[in-house]
Amino acid sequence: MSYDKRFSGRKFDEMRPIEAKIGVIKRADGSALFKIGETIAIAAVYGPRELHPRFLQNPETGILRCNYDMTSFSVPERKRPGPNRRSVEIGLVTEKALLPVIDLKQFPNAVIDVFIQIIQANSGTRCAGISAASLALANAGIPMKDLVSSVSVGKVGNKILIDLDKEEEDHEEATDIPIAITNRTKQITLLQLDGNINKKELLEALKLAKLGCEKIAKIQEKTLKDYYKNEHE
Amino acid sequence: MAKLLIKEREIVIPGQELAEGLDFLPGQGTSRDENKIISNYLGLVSVNERFVKVIPLSGRYTPKVNDVVIGRVVEIGFYGWTIDIGSAYNGVLSIRDAAEFIERDDDLTKYYDFGDLVIVKINKVTRNKSIDLTTKGPGLKKLLGGKVIEVTPSKVPRMIGKQGSMIQLIKEKTGCDIMMGQNGRVWVKGKSTEKEILASDAILKIEQESHIEGLTDKIKKMLEKNELR
Amino acid sequence: MNNEYIISLIQQNKRIDERKLDDYREIKIEQNISKNAEGSARCKIGDTEVLVGVKMDVGEPYPDSPDEGTIIVTAELSPVASPLFELGPPGSQATELARIVDRGIRESKAIDFKKLCIKKGEKIWIIFIDIYPLNDDGNLIDASVLAALAALKNAKFPKLEDGKVNYGEFTNEKLKLEKLPINFTFVKIADKIILDPNSKEEAALDARLCVSVHEGNIHAMQKGGDASLNEEEIEKMIDIALRKEKEIRSLLK
Repeated sequence: MSYDKRFSGRKFDEMRPIEAKIGVIKRADGSALFKIGETIAIAAVYGPRELHPRFLQNPETGILRCNYDMTSFSVPERKRPGPNRRSVEIGLVTEKALLPVIDLKQFPNAVIDVFIQIIQANSGTRCAGISAASLALANAGIPMKDLVSSVSVGKVGNKILIDLDKEEEDHEEATDIPIAITNRTKQITLLQLDGNINKKELLEALKLAKLGCEKIAKIQEKTLKDYYKNEHE
Repeated sequence: MAKLLIKEREIVIPGQELAEGLDFLPGQGTSRDENKIISNYLGLVSVNERFVKVIPLSGRYTPKVNDVVIGRVVEIGFYGWTIDIGSAYNGVLSIRDAAEFIERDDDLTKYYDFGDLVIVKINKVTRNKSIDLTTKGPGLKKLLGGKVIEVTPSKVPRMIGKQGSMIQLIKEKTGCDIMMGQNGRVWVKGKSTEKEILASDAILKIEQESHIEGLTDKIKKMLEKNELR
Repeated sequence: MNNEYIISLIQQNKRIDERKLDDYREIKIEQNISKNAEGSARCKIGDTEVLVGVKMDVGEPYPDSPDEGTIIVTAELSPVASPLFELGPPGSQATELARIVDRGIRESKAIDFKKLCIKKGEKIWIIFIDIYPLNDDGNLIDASVLAALAALKNAKFPKLEDGKVNYGEFTNEKLKLEKLPINFTFVKIADKIILDPNSKEEAALDARLCVSVHEGNIHAMQKGGDASLNEEEIEKMIDIALRKEKEIRSLLK
């Protein structure tokens, strides 16, 4: 199929408009909101704190626990509150996406809890969650080697594109590739794929993802710095 | 070919490159990656001779050696007392590190009981985060009476330093005894509850408006008029 | 750490944020905060923040009320909102919160269940009201009630096609609210009655009472906390609720 014009009218290398904020959940040690198009993710970080139950404690290192949840009303057809297999998997890949930048050896026996809540969904929710979590971890004063940025790339018909929206993701000839990349060292910490794509196309998609994540990282950086600017001028 | 990539007191983010070249050394809050020094926190960068350090702008209290903190006794055992100091890790005040001379078989609750407030110094932080505390030293003791309020731990150095004069001001105007722990806990004791509340309010205001111009005068006026409420 | 501080403040008729004992913190209500919901709202009371989404579906009526639809209220206390919330199925706090919100709406007949009937004995509308606190700085109950009422107020029925719901296609038909019952949460600390406790005050409470009112009528009450209340205290709380209901209700317009 020839996909000549995106349903939304966007260019193939154009992401949806992005908004980011930190410090949105006062009780959390760190928090952030990340909005891309119509997808809104909130991340809250609690920790480092003592890990219960005790038998899970590791005296050599702390652990990172990520939980992903969608509100029942975030999607058109009501989602039953509570976890399901998809949210468990997303929690797991989110943890893997953030682990490489956190030095957990500094927190033996403790846990850093990251909770991601999706309050409106239009595709790209796990990516928005990871970008929000990265901001929230920085806001929480967790020592990190780098920021992590995340976006989806993919293929619809014969075109490689970035930031698929729901209409594109649902299309029968769509390949969806969520990716997360570290800011300074450009390492890939999340990579999933479902669809049908050849190697050349995949590499092209990865290039596009790098550019997109760079733009997201700039927005994350500005958000973090602006928050404290008025306190230090 | 060493080079600084930032300015003093600039706000930096995790992963940001601060300096290039092996002449610079990674101080607190930073780490080295090959020949670059990078920030590990969202914080303020500062350079002292060859050391580049970053002070986090946020986050829970991280216990450091020589910090004086305010804690509460949560457990008592044969070893001494376990003290909650507001971090992911409790501190331990062992019998030999207590200021008092304690006899064998003495009832430890006589010295520090469950729930007692103490001001202690951190002697040692081991790699697996055992925190050794001591009450041997000037000003370290059990705190009787008074109230405890909490401020953001990362703001304490500034409240003691730049605003140290403001804390002095509050002490003078309210007649209260004030002790600030590095862990963000502040103990206030006055001759009356009203004075304690006045002092506490002033401290919380300093924490919230620390970046506003003319804060000293503002606080001074308010204390003088007892008008914080 | 702060209970003694709160108690000594209250004994002096003072509160940590300079409010009067019977004042609410600043209340902000925002409607339509989530596009895929049939109705939605955010309510902030001070730093407490709650999101409520309304979803509608069709189902079969209960046998004893063949011409009436119904509401199903659920609260999810996500650990996002507080270090005291844990993952897992709804515990007693989440269950109580949902039931208090449910009772206020149901008992006051804020929604006419008969208007939710599609075909008697066969098909009715089920109105799901899902509560998600985002930040718990005390008094989740009142924030949840206000958010729920605001969400119901802007809720539109989705399209029905061949007896099935076509989500994503809204009609212009609004869910009509007959009443706006307002809930007031009081706590007793050091023998004083205070309205709208923040989280530090909640930690120091002896007893709690929720009162749901509409134009002079009381539709629901719920007592909480370990200590008891006497009649004078209850009367005092009801008086404050009846005195303030108009002012709070006007925030929903």
